[in-house]
Amino acid sequence: MARVGVFVCHCGTNIARTVDVKYVAEEMAREKGVIISRDYKYMCSDPGQNIIKEYIRLYKLDRVVVASCSPLLHERTFQNTVKEEGLNPYLMEISNIREQCSWVHKDRAEATAKAIELIKMSVAKVRRNEPLFPKRIPMERKALVIGGGISGMQAALDIALVGHPVILVERNPSIGGRMAQFDKTFPTLDCAACILTPKMVDVRSNPNIRILTHAEVESVEGYVGNFEVKIRKRARSVDMSKCTGCGECMQKCPSRVDSEFDLGLGKRKAIYIPFPQAVPNVPVIDRVHCLYFTQGKCKVCQKVCPAEAINYEQEDEVITEKVGAIVAATGFDLSDPNDYSEYGGGRYKDVINGLQFERMINASGPTEGHLKRPSDGKEPKTIVFIQCVGSRDENLGRPYCSKMCCMYTAKHAILTKEHIPDAQVYVFYIDIRAAGKNYEEFVRRAIEHYGAIYLRGRVSRIFEKNGKLIVRGADTLSKGQVEVEADMVVLATALVARSDAIKVAQMLGIPYDQNRFFTEMHPKLAPVENVTAGIYLTGACQAPKDIPDSVASASGASVKVCALFANEELIADPMTAEINPNLCSLCKTCVDVCPFSAIIEEEVKRPDGKVRRQMRVIEGVCHGCGACAASCRPGAITLKGYTDQQIFSEIESLAVSF
Amino acid sequence: MEAKPEVGKKEKDWEPRILAFLCRWCSYAGADLTGSSRISYPPNVRILRVPCSGRVNPLFILKALRSGMDGVLVSGCHPGDCHYTAGNYNARRKFSVLSRLLEYVGIDPRRVQFSWVSASEGDKFAKVVSQVVADVKALGPNELFRLPDLDKKLEGQEGPHL
Repeated sequence: MARVGVFVCHCGTNIARTVDVKYVAEEMAREKGVIISRDYKYMCSDPGQNIIKEYIRLYKLDRVVVASCSPLLHERTFQNTVKEEGLNPYLMEISNIREQCSWVHKDRAEATAKAIELIKMSVAKVRRNEPLFPKRIPMERKALVIGGGISGMQAALDIALVGHPVILVERNPSIGGRMAQFDKTFPTLDCAACILTPKMVDVRSNPNIRILTHAEVESVEGYVGNFEVKIRKRARSVDMSKCTGCGECMQKCPSRVDSEFDLGLGKRKAIYIPFPQAVPNVPVIDRVHCLYFTQGKCKVCQKVCPAEAINYEQEDEVITEKVGAIVAATGFDLSDPNDYSEYGGGRYKDVINGLQFERMINASGPTEGHLKRPSDGKEPKTIVFIQCVGSRDENLGRPYCSKMCCMYTAKHAILTKEHIPDAQVYVFYIDIRAAGKNYEEFVRRAIEHYGAIYLRGRVSRIFEKNGKLIVRGADTLSKGQVEVEADMVVLATALVARSDAIKVAQMLGIPYDQNRFFTEMHPKLAPVENVTAGIYLTGACQAPKDIPDSVASASGASVKVCALFANEELIADPMTAEINPNLCSLCKTCVDVCPFSAIIEEEVKRPDGKVRRQMRVIEGVCHGCGACAASCRPGAITLKGYTDQQIFSEIESLAVSF
Repeated sequence: MEAKPEVGKKEKDWEPRILAFLCRWCSYAGADLTGSSRISYPPNVRILRVPCSGRVNPLFILKALRSGMDGVLVSGCHPGDCHYTAGNYNARRKFSVLSRLLEYVGIDPRRVQFSWVSASEGDKFAKVVSQVVADVKALGPNELFRLPDLDKKLEGQEGPHL
C-alpha cells in the first residue's frame, strides 16, 4: 500500500487567496492512501522543501504530491527534493492549483472544490507510479558534419577543439562553400578569402577532423549516439597521397569548360581545383569533360604529373562510419533568375545575378576583379541593382524575405563605386531591411557617401535598345514611372533551399517547411536542434542566414553535440514506451505511428532454441509521445510515466467524487 | 446521420463536468498562460496532462464519460507544431472515428471536442473551455452513458468499481 504525503502550497497569497488551502489539506488527509497532508506558505522555499523531506523521513512516505504552481516551473525542483531523501524522483506528482485553478477562478468555493479534485487526480496517479531509472546507452563520441561551408567548418572546428573526432563531408572538390565565392563581406568590407582561408587551414590541420571532399552521404541508419553512415567518396582520379598540388596538370590540360565556381563567367580545365586556395589542394578530373574519359585518348595530365598521382582507374569508394551525432550544414542555392521572363529570362548577357557580380569583382575571379559587361567586355558606367528577385513574391510561392540581399546589394553598390568612381548606381528596392550590427549605417554609407540612388519600387520590365538595357520600373515615393538606361543589371536573386533538400531531410529525419528549409525543434528555444535526437542544424539550410548568423548557429550546434558527448554513455529519459512481447500481435501499427522510427522488429532466441520475432522500443530514440501506446490494439505497449492504469486512475478519481 | 437528441433532466443548478486532456507542450502550457494572464474561464473543467494528444486512447474518453463526465476536451498543438512531429494528426484521425461511433450509438458527438491551442494562446484556451462548457450545458447531463449508480454515489453509497 502506497504511503502518500500531500503538500499544499499557499504561494504567498497567489493560491491561498482563492483556494482555501487549509480546508484542502484537511480534505486530502482523508483520501485513500494519504498518510499525511499539510499546507505551507512557500513549498518551493528551502523551509518548504525541508518540510517535505522531514515528513518523508517521519512518516516513511513513499509517494509525494505537491499541490502548487505548474509542473513546468517546479517539477524538477520537487523531484530533486524527494530524491535527496532517497525517493525515486518519478514517485512525485505535481498538482497544478495555481495557473490552472487559483489564477483562473474567482469564486472561492468553486476554486477550492476544483483544487481538491485536481489533487485527488494526482494522488490517484501517484499511487500507481513506479520508480523509473534513466537508461544508459553506449554512444560513439564522434560527429559527422555534412557540408563544408563556413557553417560546417565552424561546427567541425568547435567540436574538434573539445577533443571529439569529426568527419567533415563536402560534395565539392574543396571545402569553403559559398563564402569562398564572395569578394568582400558586409558591413566591414574585409575580404572573404582573407578571413576564410585561415579557417580552412585550421580545419585541414586539426588532427581531430577528417575531411572527405568530392563525397556525399548516401545513407544514415541507427539513432542518437549510434548512427551508421555510408559516405560515397567519388573517384577523384588523382591520388591524394601522391599529389603535391603543383598544378602542372591543370596548365597542360587541353579541355576548357565553364567554371561552376565562377557561375559560367570563366573557364576551368577538365582537371581542376575550383579556386586557388582550395583545401585540399588536390585537383579532380571532371570525367564528363575529360578527353581521356570521353574519347579514350589524351592522358596529358598523367604524362606531365611529376608525382605520378594521376589514376584513371580510381573508383568510387563507399566508407561506413559510426558516429554519435550529425550536424546538417548543407547550405542554400540561388533562385533561378529565369523565373522572371520580364527581366529577360536569361536572354540578356548583361543581366547577371549577385553571386556572378561577386565573382566578377573578385581579384581571383574570371575578370581579375575588373567589372566588365559579359557581352562586350566594356566597363559598365550605369549599373542597376534589383532587389527581391524571387523572394517576397507570392506569385512564385516564395513569400519569405531572403534577408541577405539588402546588405549585399549595398555592398555591391559601394564596391562598384570603388572600382569605377564615375559609375552611377541605381538600386530598386521594396523595403530596406538592415537590422544587424552596423548594417543600417552601412546602407546609409552606400547612399550618402557613395551616392547610390535608391528607388523604392518594383521593376516591371527590362529590354534591350541600342546596346543598352532599359530598366523600366516604378518609383513609389515620387509616384511615377522611371526608366534607366543601364549598361549592366544585377539581380538580387533569392536564397532558396538546396534542390535536393528533401532527399537529405528524409535521410536524416528532419522536418522541412513549405519552402523546403529545414525546421528546427523550436523556432526560439531550440533553434539548432531537431526532432530526431542526435541530428543538429546550422546555417542557411534552415533559412537565409548571413555569415555571422551561420557561424553563431554552427557554434550553437557544436555545443549541443559536445553536451551530448559530455557523458561517456547516453542517458535516456526513462519515460519511454515498452512492449510486452507476450501480448504483441506483430501488427506493427506502432511502427507506422512512431514519428521517430524508435520501434524495431528483431529476432530473439528463446531458451528452447527457437527463434521468435518481436518488436522492441529503442529507448535512446523513443521520445515518449505515447502514440504507439494509444494505437496498440492488443494493448501490449505501455508508456512509462503515463500508463493506461495511471490515466484510468486519474479519470476514476473524478467519478468517486462525483 | 442525425444525432439523436438526448433528453436529460436539466436542473436549474446543474453544472456540467468536463475533463480536458492537454498535451504538455502546447495546450497545457497554453492553459498555464491563461493563468499567468489571469484570464478566467468556468471552473467546470478538470485538467489531465498527457505528453501528446496522440497519447489519448479513445478508451480514455469513453472511460471519462462512463465515470460521469458530461464532456471531454482533447487539446493538442496546432497542425505542424507537434513536438513529436505528427502526434496531433494521429489524435485527430482517432477522434474523427470516435466521433462517428458516438453519433452511431446515440451520444451527441459535441460532448467530445478537439481543439488546437498553442503555448502562446492563453486567451484561446479560455474561449475553448467556455465554448465546450456552453455546448455541453445545452446538451444536459450525460445520463445515457455514465454508470447509473453514480447518482447513488452522490449520496455517499458505494457503487461498483468502474
